[in-house]
Amino acid sequence: MTAVADRPARSTASLRHRLAERGVDSSLWLMVPALVFALALFVYPFSYGIGLTFQPSVATQEQWGGGILANYVAFFRDPFVFDSIWITMRLALPAALFNVLASIPVAMVLRRRFRFKRFMTSVLVLPITLGTVLTAQGLLIFAGRQGWLNRFLIATGLVDQPVQLVNNYTGVMFSLIITGFPFAFLLVSSYLSGIDPSLDSAARTLGAGWWQRFRRITLPLLAPGLATTFILTFVLAFSVFPSARLVGDAMGSTRVMSLMAFRAFGEQNDYAMASTIALMMGVVELIVVAVVLAWRSLLYKGSTGGKG
Amino acid sequence: MSALETPTTMSDAPQGSPPRARAAAGRPPGERSLAASPSTWFVWAGMAAFLVFLLGIIVAVVVDSFGRQWFDTWLPLEWTTEWYASSWDRFDLTHVVGVTVGVALAVVVLSVLIGVPAAYLLARRNFPGKRLVNVLFLLPILMPPITFGIPLATVMYSFGLGRSVIAVILVNLVPSVPFVILTMTPFIEQINPAIESAARMCGAGMRQVFTRILAPLLVPGILAASILVLVRTVGMFELTFLVSGPQSDTLVVAIYRAMTSAGGGEARQLVSAMAVMYTATMLVMLVAALRFVNPTQLVAQVKEARDD
Amino acid sequence: MAITAGTFESLELRDVGRSFGGHQALAGLDLTVRAGEFIALLGPSGCGKSTALNCLAGLLPLTHGQILLDGRRVDTVPSEKRGFGMVFQSYALFPHLTVEKNVAFGLQMRGLPRAEVSRRVAEAIGLVKLEDHAKKLPGQLSGGQQQRVAIARAVVLEPSLVLMDEPLSNLDAKLRLDMRTEIRRLHQELGLTTIYVTHDQEEALSLADRLVVLREGRVQQIGTPDDLYDHPRNWHVADFMGYRNILAGGLMDGGDGGDGGATVRVGGLTLRGRPVGEVGEGDDVRVAVRPDDLTVLAGGREPRDGNAVEGVVAVVEYHGREFAVVVQTADGATLHVRTPTAPAVGDVVRLTAAADRVLVFPAELSAASAAADRAEAVTAA
Repeated sequence: MTAVADRPARSTASLRHRLAERGVDSSLWLMVPALVFALALFVYPFSYGIGLTFQPSVATQEQWGGGILANYVAFFRDPFVFDSIWITMRLALPAALFNVLASIPVAMVLRRRFRFKRFMTSVLVLPITLGTVLTAQGLLIFAGRQGWLNRFLIATGLVDQPVQLVNNYTGVMFSLIITGFPFAFLLVSSYLSGIDPSLDSAARTLGAGWWQRFRRITLPLLAPGLATTFILTFVLAFSVFPSARLVGDAMGSTRVMSLMAFRAFGEQNDYAMASTIALMMGVVELIVVAVVLAWRSLLYKGSTGGKG
Repeated sequence: MSALETPTTMSDAPQGSPPRARAAAGRPPGERSLAASPSTWFVWAGMAAFLVFLLGIIVAVVVDSFGRQWFDTWLPLEWTTEWYASSWDRFDLTHVVGVTVGVALAVVVLSVLIGVPAAYLLARRNFPGKRLVNVLFLLPILMPPITFGIPLATVMYSFGLGRSVIAVILVNLVPSVPFVILTMTPFIEQINPAIESAARMCGAGMRQVFTRILAPLLVPGILAASILVLVRTVGMFELTFLVSGPQSDTLVVAIYRAMTSAGGGEARQLVSAMAVMYTATMLVMLVAALRFVNPTQLVAQVKEARDD
Repeated sequence: MAITAGTFESLELRDVGRSFGGHQALAGLDLTVRAGEFIALLGPSGCGKSTALNCLAGLLPLTHGQILLDGRRVDTVPSEKRGFGMVFQSYALFPHLTVEKNVAFGLQMRGLPRAEVSRRVAEAIGLVKLEDHAKKLPGQLSGGQQQRVAIARAVVLEPSLVLMDEPLSNLDAKLRLDMRTEIRRLHQELGLTTIYVTHDQEEALSLADRLVVLREGRVQQIGTPDDLYDHPRNWHVADFMGYRNILAGGLMDGGDGGDGGATVRVGGLTLRGRPVGEVGEGDDVRVAVRPDDLTVLAGGREPRDGNAVEGVVAVVEYHGREFAVVVQTADGATLHVRTPTAPAVGDVVRLTAAADRVLVFPAELSAASAAADRAEAVTAA
């Protein structure tokens, strides 16, 4: 008999109770602006872009066929576009690998305390603020045919003729290292400082030499961080665009994917094709990232599994 | 998704006193002589080479911007400052700098306003779909900017926002908001949740907890995040370039356009002068940033524990 | 004394529960608190005592039940509007505000006039004897001083209820004793109704008017300190009340010996004890004895009630007036005993205990016993 009177109150209360158990309450409103932002500026345009890839222009359909898949057919069949994958990889993979590997010893050395440490770290950070455009301008002047670098090489007799260092693969590689290395270095040193130094001391008391300590203590602990660093550095190098255009050979050896995407977008105004290339860029990048992550999870098991 | 730990979670691991200080303290006095071992010299040599390259690039641009007739010599034959005046007029830099500053400030304010409350929830609470939200905010940082930039730009143009300052602000928000969230999360995690509970028990509502307690405690974090977003926005080329036009170019895009404009680009010295101005601005911001944040934070996250 | 307790008649918790994604951190808590009472929630970590406190504070929404203040529901009121005060284990002082401003914060939130704020702040700071530190930041104070600030910050609001979440556990041993006295003094002086969470039975027994013992989110027993100390309802409560020797055994004889006693087989021994709760012949039981109730038999003396255990001294600790001795029996049981004289390690000793000091509990900590507790709590209310 009381149940009737009780019911409405109880049902709202239990709804509140159920929501409370799942962590839902009014403070979640704080998330709304960020969610609206993400939906409007990221999710919606991205889905729109994916939809766009299935609406090829008439010209693309006529040239490549394939109906609504014409953009993809064009992407895979047109060697001018498709080869840009390998061109991008040939730049981004070695650059990311070099940046990560070179960062390890530098971060180890700079981990110790010495005078000017903060200055050194700051100098290494400098290129991040230079940005790719300025680095490109500087490289053109510094490493150009009449630049200081070639003058120095000729003056010291190392070469007779000026070496072609810019407007080709080398130029872009230089640019990727100059902008990417500080990034990798900062990440690696941050991971390195996350390793408790007393572990190193402990290994030392157990009689491990510096190489053994590095190989068996530091490196395994650092490896997951190195994988992440590699991914982030690779992402940076993979989307190289201004330097490929400015210090590279934009129609030849540094015809990277982002250039292709922008050519379709800005020069040919073929938004559907541009979105297709952009999307494929994301796919290719995610494949590399997934491979590295898989490798990292393998490695991580190995380093904690006690197999040494 | 958990597989890809961001540097946030990992570099955040060390708490307590700075590990480096402890390492140095624990090392016997003779240990620093290790710095003289051959491998260490090798590292120093590599760093020196990197620095020579870096300085060469920067100095070359600076010298170029002050030089008249610099072709086949070590230094320009004549010196002048007129490139600055003429590039200022030629590229209407008053407008460009104004746009750059305006865009950067707007992006900073908006991304902090949107990002900090979201970071607060992500740091403090569990709720349904939290992992999805986390991934959503991680994607724009992991993806090549072009991948989401091209669809986003297409949407902007179809909404008639193309080439407007608003479009430039909006595209720059896409990586900035997640970046603020990533930067702020550890700062928020460092604040003992009991402090907020205490404020609530004292009768403070959500808004008062934010304004009277959290905001003062988060000032260092917000400052750090703001400066980092400022630096990144001023330096952001790819996204801005996709949607900006003559009236909404930021400085870095204006430089690119000057370098690639039809007919082999503008006079090199004009570009150099502009690039020097750009670098000087960035340097000022970098120096300001380094006063508030550890260099490592430019790419990674907060590391040194603060007292709270 | 201007600072007083906010007034109310009774605070009632009805079937209060909190679960996290299916896991019940707290279930079926029924409790009625009368104004001016000091209640301790006692239990090991993870028993739900802090959950209960946070639910009361409103910091955690309930997933079950209701909380009523004088018959008015308060569990739907946000914590900032409940008018309770809270003291945290980590002090939770606002690090950017001075002692004064920390204490003043809550008064300012209520929009009180400036003059009254400063008067009451001064009074509260005087109450915890921190007048000399009023302008300091929390970081410049010792742990004990910080906790005093936290207490002042809570009581200055004249809350109807003060919640304390293990306020002493971050302090060192000596300071903890001083602060304990201090908290008791404040409670007596101000008549503040207090709910105090702790895992330290000594703290709970010395401070509280009534204790609530929790285990795995469920109430085990509610009662006054001496009630719990002398009459633990199950072996878990006994364990918490200082019955360090808890041995598993089987009931041989369920108390028909005329004296209400029970005979229990533990390993190779037969012990006489006092049954608590429902035990029947053949049941698995737990036998609980306090270290102080076990005595070492001097040679030739008769064991009390026929209870005699032989073992080898394994560890001897010096505790001032007496020694804490660990004795290992032949079948592997470990017994803690207190003696006025120190045996040597390796000595063989005989221990004995009076039968009414040997408590015999059912081995199962059944849900039934918890439910019985609840029923009793309801009728008590």
